[in-house]
Amino acid sequence: MLRIQKRTNMLLWQRWITRLAAIVLALVINAVIIFALTKLNPLKVYGSMFEGVFGTPLILWDTIRRVSMLLCIGVGLAPAFKMKFWNIGAEGQILVGGIAAAACMIYLGNLPNALLLVVMFVLAAAAGGLWGFVPAIAKARLNTNETLFTLMMNYIAIQLTSFFVTFWETPQGSGKVGIINPNTYKGWFPQLFGQRYMLNLIIALVLVVLVFLYLRYTKQGYEIAVVGESHNTAKYAGISVQAVTVRTVTISGAICGIAGFIAVAGQGHTISTSTAGGRGFIAIIVAWLAKFNTFFMILISLLIVFLEKGAEEIASNFNINNDLSKVLMGIILFFILGSEFFINYKLALSKAENA
Amino acid sequence: MEIIITLIKAAITFGTVIMYGSVGEILTEKSGNLNLGVPGTMYMGGIASLASAFFYERACESSGVAPSTALLILIPFLSAFLFAAFGGLIYSFLTITLRANQNVTGLTLTIFGAGLANFFGGSLNKLAGGVGQISVSQTSRAFSASLFSFLPLPDILMRTLFNYGFLVYLAIVVAVAAHFFLNKTNAGLNLRAVGENPATADAAGVNVTRHKYLATCIGTGISGLGGLFYTLDYIGGTWANDGRIETLGWLAVALVIFATWKPLRSLWSSYLFGLLYWVPQLSQNIKRRPQSLFMMLPYVVTILVLIFVSLRKKKENQPPESLGLAYFREER
Repeated sequence: MLRIQKRTNMLLWQRWITRLAAIVLALVINAVIIFALTKLNPLKVYGSMFEGVFGTPLILWDTIRRVSMLLCIGVGLAPAFKMKFWNIGAEGQILVGGIAAAACMIYLGNLPNALLLVVMFVLAAAAGGLWGFVPAIAKARLNTNETLFTLMMNYIAIQLTSFFVTFWETPQGSGKVGIINPNTYKGWFPQLFGQRYMLNLIIALVLVVLVFLYLRYTKQGYEIAVVGESHNTAKYAGISVQAVTVRTVTISGAICGIAGFIAVAGQGHTISTSTAGGRGFIAIIVAWLAKFNTFFMILISLLIVFLEKGAEEIASNFNINNDLSKVLMGIILFFILGSEFFINYKLALSKAENA
Repeated sequence: MEIIITLIKAAITFGTVIMYGSVGEILTEKSGNLNLGVPGTMYMGGIASLASAFFYERACESSGVAPSTALLILIPFLSAFLFAAFGGLIYSFLTITLRANQNVTGLTLTIFGAGLANFFGGSLNKLAGGVGQISVSQTSRAFSASLFSFLPLPDILMRTLFNYGFLVYLAIVVAVAAHFFLNKTNAGLNLRAVGENPATADAAGVNVTRHKYLATCIGTGISGLGGLFYTLDYIGGTWANDGRIETLGWLAVALVIFATWKPLRSLWSSYLFGLLYWVPQLSQNIKRRPQSLFMMLPYVVTILVLIFVSLRKKKENQPPESLGLAYFREER
């Protein structure tokens, strides 16, 4: 009989080899699918994906923009996930952050740009934090299921967004806010080093470093780890599980709110129900696969953006439907999720029980 | 009067989609599996039914045989159920056998299912040629044919309650059957034991793995019927990439909480959610501003239920104890 044993001794490089093997296997299966659908040489198709992701500086910066966005959200989720609090409400936290940022752009357009950006940053973080605080306090006080609560908060945020859109739409009745401050550029990210998306990248990378340090080297980060391992241990150690839960999830929501700020001020310059566009969900996968290590998130975000953008490229080049990207991505993610088993467990032949 | 009839019809139509989704998800969650892939499996059910109907109709057309009504119904029905259950199988294999995280796996299943369905839906539209819209009119007619047209009832009753295809009534049957299964049978009791405390169930000799697999696969299969109903009955056998199945799928997930994991409660509350889903869309009569606030209602109410249930701590209203957690016998 086969027996499953827990394994704790796998080295870092072995873990990554296992994951890499899963990705390669998934790519092979995807290649078969691509070939079956298009009769094109899969290697050529993968090659054209590469072009579509890194081909020219312009394309490259678009890739960077998307990676920064995904990274920022994933980093935001890390503290909550490390505490085993399933915050799947990033989508909503991004949106309310975006609403706050857009409101500032619309109503505070006469502030100096630097000051305006700071105000937007703070308010977006506050809004996202609030969106995390509500389910967190319910979890801490009443032990409500946070997965379901945060999921519902997403849809409230989506409707809240369309509610605000009706106030800000231009022209009236169009149902769209349109580009905000198209002439004054108030509340837009300034170009840095001649690049439009440099500030997006810088904010994301700063968050990567800060959250990494926060989780690994601060007292609060340690408390998060303890609460995540065992509520009882935390209690014995004198850590208030309630306080840590509320604080951590509020921080997590606030960072997702900052992602909403980036989405509005740093790329879209508008607000709509698709401002978050499902990133909040994909980032959950990023955070989980990176095992809450924010530096690994850079790699995983890059992989996902590569797949997404690459598949868009194949879709337009070979005239196939854009949704193919989700299928290919789903398959790869299934494989990576499955590969975790072989990292955490090993199969062993057990001796016959009645021997 | 007319508007009330429209509302009742909408409540029943969308309620049916939501009901399939939520009853299936209740079964799944009763085994302790929190499957966030409901929208994905509904999509998979929808596209499988459409594709199989399309190829069957085309095969009949090219061979000159008149399609039989039984097959027109049976083929898409089974395809929808089995393909959605296949989605459940992927989920089960990853979360039960390979012990992957349930939330992440479920969300991936939603991404995968939606992508798959919209990809093939778009391709089928292309394959069908013409104006670029696939249509399986014969199948759709078979599915939406009124089941009770022979009843000698007043016109108003007929139009509001008895003028639907069989899937509307089947949903009710499935919900009631799920209620009896969970509460009145041994297998149902075992399943609930698995969801509440798998270690205890295991010790009592219940095969935890098998119960989890079966409940999840059958549950997702039932959810898939929601996609089948939406695709072949409601929108009349075509593919619309409008994201509605996804919205309804998430509503189904919400409804499981609202119904506090009870199939019978999901029966009437599905219609309520169907109504809440549709009322705001009677757009011309209602201003858009209150409309978006109105559309928040199902979710706000669900959160209130969630809070209320945890406040009252009544045993029978709680989520299954082990919901969302994988079971490792070795770690008992």
